[in-house]
Amino acid sequence: MEHHLVLNVVARILIPLIMLFALYVQFHGDYGPGGGFQAGVIFAASFILYGIIYGIERLRKVVHPSFIRSLSALGVLIYVSVGIAGVLNGGEFLNYNVLLEDPRTGQHIGIIFIELGVGMTVASTMILLFYAFARP
Amino acid sequence: MIVLYINVIILCLLVITAIAINQQDNLFATTMLTGIFSLLSASLFVCLDAVDVAFTEAAVGAGIALILFLGALSLIKYKEKIKNKISFLGFFIVILTGSLLIYGLQDIPAFASPENPVQTYLADRYIVASEKEIGIPNLVTSVLASYRGYDTLGEVTVIFTACIGVLMLLGRSRGDYKGIVSREKS
Repeated sequence: MEHHLVLNVVARILIPLIMLFALYVQFHGDYGPGGGFQAGVIFAASFILYGIIYGIERLRKVVHPSFIRSLSALGVLIYVSVGIAGVLNGGEFLNYNVLLEDPRTGQHIGIIFIELGVGMTVASTMILLFYAFARP
Repeated sequence: MIVLYINVIILCLLVITAIAINQQDNLFATTMLTGIFSLLSASLFVCLDAVDVAFTEAAVGAGIALILFLGALSLIKYKEKIKNKISFLGFFIVILTGSLLIYGLQDIPAFASPENPVQTYLADRYIVASEKEIGIPNLVTSVLASYRGYDTLGEVTVIFTACIGVLMLLGRSRGDYKGIVSREKS
């Protein structure tokens, strides 16, 4: 659909804004509505919009399927690592209090990291599903 | 009171959309109506003060799921195959399941009742203590990510597993990707 001038121009403006909004939802989830799940979906939406407008092949060059596959596993890995970090610091699995000296800062850091893991897995899963369904 | 009216209106619109989905035999229109259904449920969640759920419903139900449906539609025909035969077994199962669900509903507490077991000890505990224990203002995030961190880990694993499943069924093998790249280069 690249030859549609309106779609082309609008997508060019919208894609960075969608990504920025996704990052806002991701890292502002502690204070407002949002979090990893929503941010991941919104972030994936920007890539899917790119794929719809400029074609699947160009999207494959931007994010290679094997890279995005490892990213989806890395998200779960980050989540579990935060849990294991709690065990190593002498607490229970996924206890963020022990991550840092101040329990509340520890909670904050733990939540940011696990939300990051959630966001990565969700975003890459959505892009992979789009790859699997969309035909060039 | 006005919220109640809005809720009733949205619920009526949901029922109308569901009937329209059922009547439609053009799959493209059905997909679009599903998106409208999701958007309506998202607004219903906003009315019920569940902003985080509404956000998810709008992003996933009305956004990504619609795109994935459209992607699947591009692989098949747009017209639904009409079956004129009425299946009495299916009708019986639907009636049975429906009456079982209604029977099950007898036991649940009334809508927004203060005696609801959820409201009596756990919600209070979270509302009072989460600001002190977790230190972040959004209660939903602290319940989801910290108190119920193990559940959320399960959810992420489910998404990851679903991804692996879809890729095994529909994804192309590694060689196909290479084939596409090399075809482009040549």
